[in-house]
Amino acid sequence: MIDILQYEFMRNALIAAILVSIACGIVGTFVVIKKIVFISGGIAHAAFGGIGLGYLLRVNPVLTAIPFSLLAAIGIGTISKKAKISEDAAIGILWTVGMALGILFIGLSPGYAPNLFSYLFGSILTVPFSDIIIMIILDVIIIAIVSIFYKEFQALSFDEEFTEISGVPTKFLYLLLLCLVALSIIVLIRVVGIILVIALLTIPTTIVRQFTNRLKYLIIFSTIGAIFLTIAGLWLSYLWNLPSGATIVLVLAAVFFASTLMKRI
Amino acid sequence: MDNSIIVDFRNVFFSYNTIPVLENINFQLYRNDFLAIIGPNGGGKTTILKLMLGLLKFDKGSITIFGKSPLEARKSIGYLPQHFTSNFDFPINVLETVLMGRLGKRGIGKRYTQKDIEICLEVLQHIGMEQFKNTEIGKLSGGQRQRVFIARALATKPKLLLLDEPVSSIDMKWEQAFYKLLHELNKEIAIILVTHDISVISMYIDKIACINRKLFYHGSKKEGMHKISEMYEYPVQIISHETSHSSSGEG
Repeated sequence: MIDILQYEFMRNALIAAILVSIACGIVGTFVVIKKIVFISGGIAHAAFGGIGLGYLLRVNPVLTAIPFSLLAAIGIGTISKKAKISEDAAIGILWTVGMALGILFIGLSPGYAPNLFSYLFGSILTVPFSDIIIMIILDVIIIAIVSIFYKEFQALSFDEEFTEISGVPTKFLYLLLLCLVALSIIVLIRVVGIILVIALLTIPTTIVRQFTNRLKYLIIFSTIGAIFLTIAGLWLSYLWNLPSGATIVLVLAAVFFASTLMKRI
Repeated sequence: MDNSIIVDFRNVFFSYNTIPVLENINFQLYRNDFLAIIGPNGGGKTTILKLMLGLLKFDKGSITIFGKSPLEARKSIGYLPQHFTSNFDFPINVLETVLMGRLGKRGIGKRYTQKDIEICLEVLQHIGMEQFKNTEIGKLSGGQRQRVFIARALATKPKLLLLDEPVSSIDMKWEQAFYKLLHELNKEIAIILVTHDISVISMYIDKIACINRKLFYHGSKKEGMHKISEMYEYPVQIISHETSHSSSGEG
């Protein structure tokens, strides 16, 4: 496996795998324990509007996806807390509006849209170095925010009412958490694509959850597990010439089913 | 005995959408009161606690707690909710849960201190749960879990303790010890206990408020008993814990 590291795209892919694992280990843990998987799916798909905008404006779609997914996060978070509209419906609306905008923007862009597939389904082998830089910056932001608000996020995820009574600004923290989900989705888009993002945000944590009951270890081992499994998926996809995003997701799923069976026996 | 008023409800009205839940509630709580709020299910008992905590906003009237608004005062209140919004497959152990009681004392960006841990272990000892400190919350029984949440409320070191149906799933043996603990705490702080089950009216409780949308009675326990009997159409007895002292062993 060492010899494939002589290629720059392979080195980039390995770095990307590690960066992706940090984001999904940390944020994915909160997505799973706070049970906001569906909201995260909504934010991910809404981010497609930003990808489309990037094509239209002829800038890096990853950059335009950042404000789009942040807006979607704040939009879903605000609407769902304001009642009157059910959270489910709010997610469904933003999910599809984002996708529709993306399709519209791409339709309006002259010519055809190169690499569109890689944003939908991921393509870890074509991650350019400029995107690696964006991923590093977003990872640093995610690590910093979670370290600062660790005990508040833990409390919020476990018992929102009690956290509110303790004088913690829960509405702000909840929106901040959704914004972290939005940022982690941006980190993940290049590797597994919008449609498969949820797999990386949920599967590593769900595997590790069967073996630990401490939040700290859940975050650490989800990250480490994700690093091994994404690299394994990457290697298999290289070996058998398979689409990388889908291979990574299927490797994760296989380990999830195996670990669940192991736990049962 | 300090006679200052710590909770003051004046002409408080509250409704959910347009359905009136509380109408013209007036009552005062003094520093060393141990008040039981009783009444039928859906009578607005929990709503009163949530108004005091600022979780709900009243339509009319005024509520002052320690001379402040509920939002300003809620850090001084320990609260045991009736229904837990929390999910019990959450990766958190008993000590971490109780540490949440110290959340309001530590600013954002700061870790819990050794002192916080000591306070929580002491509270867990009082509540008889210290041997479970590393147990995952989901692995406890309903009664044990309720004790952990009582410990969390106590770990806030409150000046006022609000307990919503605190003994609903606790076993009888521990219930007596629990009332004794509350009696000890009551020397320092005021306690409000909400229950729909009139049989739990302990001898340690000294005041009663009967609520069913309106406040039917508020005053001493003795005079209140026949009022409650009227409301429930059922004879009410005060449970004495003294009689069972011999069986409860160590103190």
